[in-house]
Amino acid sequence: MPSTKIDIYLIGVGGQGIGLLSEVIIRAADYAGLPVRGTDTHGLAQRGGTVSSCIRIGPRAHSALIQAGCADMVIALERNEALRGLNQLKTAGTLIYYDTQWQPLLVRLGKEPILRAEDISAECLRRNIQEYRIEPTKLSNPKMQNIALLASIAKNSSIPNITPAHYEQALNDLLEGNKLEKNLVLFHSLTTELG
Amino acid sequence: MKQLGELLISPHGGQEIVMGNTAIVRAMIESNVRVATSYPGSPTPEIAAAIASIPKDKNPLYFEFSTNEKVATEVAFGASINGHLSTVFFKSVGLNVAADTFVQLGHMELIGGMVIVLGDDPGANSSQNEQDNRHYARLAYIPMLEPATPTEVYTMFKEAARLSIERRMPVILRLTTHVCHAKEKVNFTSWRSQPTDNSPLFNPDNGPYIPLTTKLVLPLKRRALEKLALFSAHADTSSLNTLVDHGNSTYGVLTMGAAFQSLQDVLEKAVVKPNILKLGIIHPLPKKLVADFLRQHMEVKVLEELDDFIEQQVKALAQEIGITTKIIGKQDYEDWLNEYTPEKVDAIMRKTWLQLLPPLAELPNHPLQWSARPAQMCPGCGHRSAFHAIKQALGADDITVADIGCHTLGIMEPYKMGQILLCMGHSSGTAAGLSLFNTSRKVVAFLGDSTFFHAGLPGIINAVFNHHNFTLILLDNGTTAMTGHQDHPGVGYNFNGPTDKISIRRLLEGIGITNIREIDAYAQAKLKEAVKAAIAEEGFKVVIAKHPCMLKLMSERSAAGNPPPPQVEITEDCNQNYTCINSFACPTFQRDTEGGVWVNNDLCIGDGSCKQTCPAKAIIHKARSKGGI
Repeated sequence: MPSTKIDIYLIGVGGQGIGLLSEVIIRAADYAGLPVRGTDTHGLAQRGGTVSSCIRIGPRAHSALIQAGCADMVIALERNEALRGLNQLKTAGTLIYYDTQWQPLLVRLGKEPILRAEDISAECLRRNIQEYRIEPTKLSNPKMQNIALLASIAKNSSIPNITPAHYEQALNDLLEGNKLEKNLVLFHSLTTELG
Repeated sequence: MKQLGELLISPHGGQEIVMGNTAIVRAMIESNVRVATSYPGSPTPEIAAAIASIPKDKNPLYFEFSTNEKVATEVAFGASINGHLSTVFFKSVGLNVAADTFVQLGHMELIGGMVIVLGDDPGANSSQNEQDNRHYARLAYIPMLEPATPTEVYTMFKEAARLSIERRMPVILRLTTHVCHAKEKVNFTSWRSQPTDNSPLFNPDNGPYIPLTTKLVLPLKRRALEKLALFSAHADTSSLNTLVDHGNSTYGVLTMGAAFQSLQDVLEKAVVKPNILKLGIIHPLPKKLVADFLRQHMEVKVLEELDDFIEQQVKALAQEIGITTKIIGKQDYEDWLNEYTPEKVDAIMRKTWLQLLPPLAELPNHPLQWSARPAQMCPGCGHRSAFHAIKQALGADDITVADIGCHTLGIMEPYKMGQILLCMGHSSGTAAGLSLFNTSRKVVAFLGDSTFFHAGLPGIINAVFNHHNFTLILLDNGTTAMTGHQDHPGVGYNFNGPTDKISIRRLLEGIGITNIREIDAYAQAKLKEAVKAAIAEEGFKVVIAKHPCMLKLMSERSAAGNPPPPQVEITEDCNQNYTCINSFACPTFQRDTEGGVWVNNDLCIGDGSCKQTCPAKAIIHKARSKGGI
């Protein structure tokens, strides 16, 4: 069994489906034979606030929470949250983010500036962070952005030792019926097409 | 997980990745809990969601959401004195509501056993305070166990149930937010369902159950203290307390719960590791065990989240047994605050014994202060329409009183509706006080529909009884939305199926309120006029601003296979007056760098409640629109 430690911090906006994404990765890690634990945000923040999830892979993880600035990888579902997530990421870590834009309150009210993708790239460059920006795909349902992001992670083997088949097993555990079918179709199309 | 319900009742057991709130339900099933009750509140509602996953015809336990935590506790108590093992669960501050009932439980012979599950919320992630409910265990002479992981939630609930039945006394299982929500692989053992006995075993001779006046109360209290002393003796040898021996005779840490997990993370990189005594039973204190630990070390750090509950008892114990071990507790106010996350525990341990840890690794410099994203009302939320209208009806000096629910979010920019918040159902009482001697500033209180039934009614009745002068605006979305859409008495469904719907309006009329206006919250102009009229009148007035929770409605429609309605778009008539984004502020509306406003298609649900807010009439439904919902 691989003994490498990998701490993954997921971040997004309440309503984007971070809970499912996190659960899929945790289960996929388990199918890959990796010891794993984690935790999600529940409660009030789920109403359109910042939500996060910790996934800790490896035998020496005790708390479900990752120490700030110590995550090996940050996976973000939204541009503003990607920047916020960088506070959790170690220097020379990996950022993977789905570049959709749900502006935070004070940006919408015109009291704070609009964030550009270039601002994130500049910060990544400064801190020697590997940046993977995922261009939004045209989706029939924006609630499937999480699966689009998952497909990219699977296709690029972003998380060592977890294969697309492991993610698919996890999806099969968690979803059923029409929803499972739609998500699997999207997952398959993107894992075979993305370069 | 789609097979979750089957797994929770499977006789075979097995391994599964679950959160603490799910693991506890498997423990309930294995312990043969017959009755479980609750009122929804974070961090515990997922316990009910796990119960709901069990197929109805196979569910061995009766569950209900009661009207509030006090009633839930009473239902569980009644079941227990009739011979059924019961459990009640709710959030931290729920115990304040239940307290009148709760403090009596230790005085009672609970022949069926009863486990009280508390979801404390250090860090106030979803609560109005971060109160430390361990104090309540001491106040009420009731034992308390505290797990640190989902596996321990599972094993400790079973042990709590066993001890409760054996000793006919209540036992508390105290969870905290990141124990409830932590996920890991838990090994479930096999179990066999027991034949159930439905005969009502209540017998007054098991009591007395009437604690009235000195003659009866004092013997009951004495018995509660005796039971607690026996429990303390048990705690000294219980396997729920664990010693982690690193062979260190100088440094020891006494800790419990989630802080223990964080400590282990921090010690992964330690130069020298202290020994750890991790308490599973945190009340009553296992005195002998703790005394031995004190004797074996020169310095002992008490590492406990929130208050100095254990620290005070350990210091008293040291004095009692006459030892001089240095006891290090809270060192500053920061130590009393917030969750004991790994980074917090790292800082505390450095403050305590700097020499045990390697120099602090360099963290990313210049932490980014990016625009905060607080929770907000969803796109299409009826409360947004209501607040947008109500704000226009009120004067700048008028006083608005918030209450608890999704509508609490009206306190934020740009609405700023709600300037005071205490707790569930406080708004009418607080508004009444604000109205006394007050002839110049109108007082408006907000209240949600679930909270109306939970704790809102006494304040409303008081307003009638004592002729108070304020306006109550009931924001009725037909569900307990914030905690995940649980049904309440006004809905027509309970957890188990259809039930009689209690009409809020008829209830208000029944207590003699005649000044009631009821308006769809989307009808902003009408609502504004209604509020204007109501606040201009003397006395106690009620405005019901009603619209179904759109998050719930849209997901039900989608599940039923209905396509979403067309979204809105902004036409060329837009003259950039920014009402949609600055005042109405649906999150759907976003800015571009050229000063324009665009509609985020990820977010718009096509409700159309925004259209009426645009003075230029530049917001329309996209083609094939038949209007809003």
